[in-house]
Amino acid sequence: MKGIFIILCAYVAGEVLSRLIAGFIPGSVLGMMLLLAALSLRAVKPEQVKGVSEFMFRNMLLFFVPVCVGLMVSYKAIGRHLPAILFIIVLTTMLVLAVVGILQQRGGRK
Amino acid sequence: MKESLLEFISTPLFLITLTVGSYLAAKSLYERVKTGFLHPLIVSSAIVIVFLLSTGIDYEVYYEANSVINFMLGMSIVSLGYLLYVNLEHIRGRHWSILISVTAGCITGVISVIALSEAFGLAREIAASVQPKSVTMPIAVALSENSGGILSLTSLAVVVTGVFGSMVGPWLLRMLNVTDPVARGLALGTASHAVGTARAVELGAVEGAVGGAAIGIMGIMTAIVIPIVEKLLY
Repeated sequence: MKGIFIILCAYVAGEVLSRLIAGFIPGSVLGMMLLLAALSLRAVKPEQVKGVSEFMFRNMLLFFVPVCVGLMVSYKAIGRHLPAILFIIVLTTMLVLAVVGILQQRGGRK
Repeated sequence: MKESLLEFISTPLFLITLTVGSYLAAKSLYERVKTGFLHPLIVSSAIVIVFLLSTGIDYEVYYEANSVINFMLGMSIVSLGYLLYVNLEHIRGRHWSILISVTAGCITGVISVIALSEAFGLAREIAASVQPKSVTMPIAVALSENSGGILSLTSLAVVVTGVFGSMVGPWLLRMLNVTDPVARGLALGTASHAVGTARAVELGAVEGAVGGAAIGIMGIMTAIVIPIVEKLLY
């Protein structure tokens, strides 16, 4: 239960911070950074959040089902653009793979 | 009788059970067949969509009923901080080059999606939905929402990016002569989030650990890059 409370506190702090910067970065992402900072600064012990966090990643896909089901409503807006969208995804994914792989191979060597 | 039945299947109790049940069924199917395109998210959403269409329950009713599950999404993003903390151990000493590579990949991804969407004459909400596609699902959905995207399209784009990148990634990297384990893991995790990282784990332990760190770094970088790019462009 304490783990859940820590996660919720980080989430609340992230939301507050997000409002302060006019929603520039979502509160949940800021909450993630705050949790990382708290762990790095040893304000939170890893064991305290390990259980909840592992439960969350193992079942993460479940949390997207309600959003994904929205395709039944949104297909009207995207249906005929689907080939173009898939083409964009395929091409840009290969670009990102290439850029990161090549840069890291060149720059990462010590 | 029929009316009370319809009322019952519209309650949160029933609709949440439907979501969890479809998810578990899809997951056990995926574990048996292991085919990328039968991704659990695609199958479980299809089951729910078929059910809603055949019973005539509106999507809004379903979505409202499942707000508890939706809330967990935000919590799961925050808990990624723990995953990132654990994986950061593996990249000590190379963090600057990694940060630069991921940032470059992130900017390339976001700008190429916007440019190609313009070229195809797609609506802005479509570009906004697709641009965070390399980021892990919860963050991608949160970023898409911030940019006014269509959340269901974002979740589809994220799944396709993950499956496609994990299929062609190792081949493409070999063609480009990228042999360094850190570079390969980083490319897979940055481009194709957790699905790419799962593939990186199969390549080796270093690839897997670096891929895991890449997921979190890419999430943070994209959350910073997208609003800046949008400010500059629009």
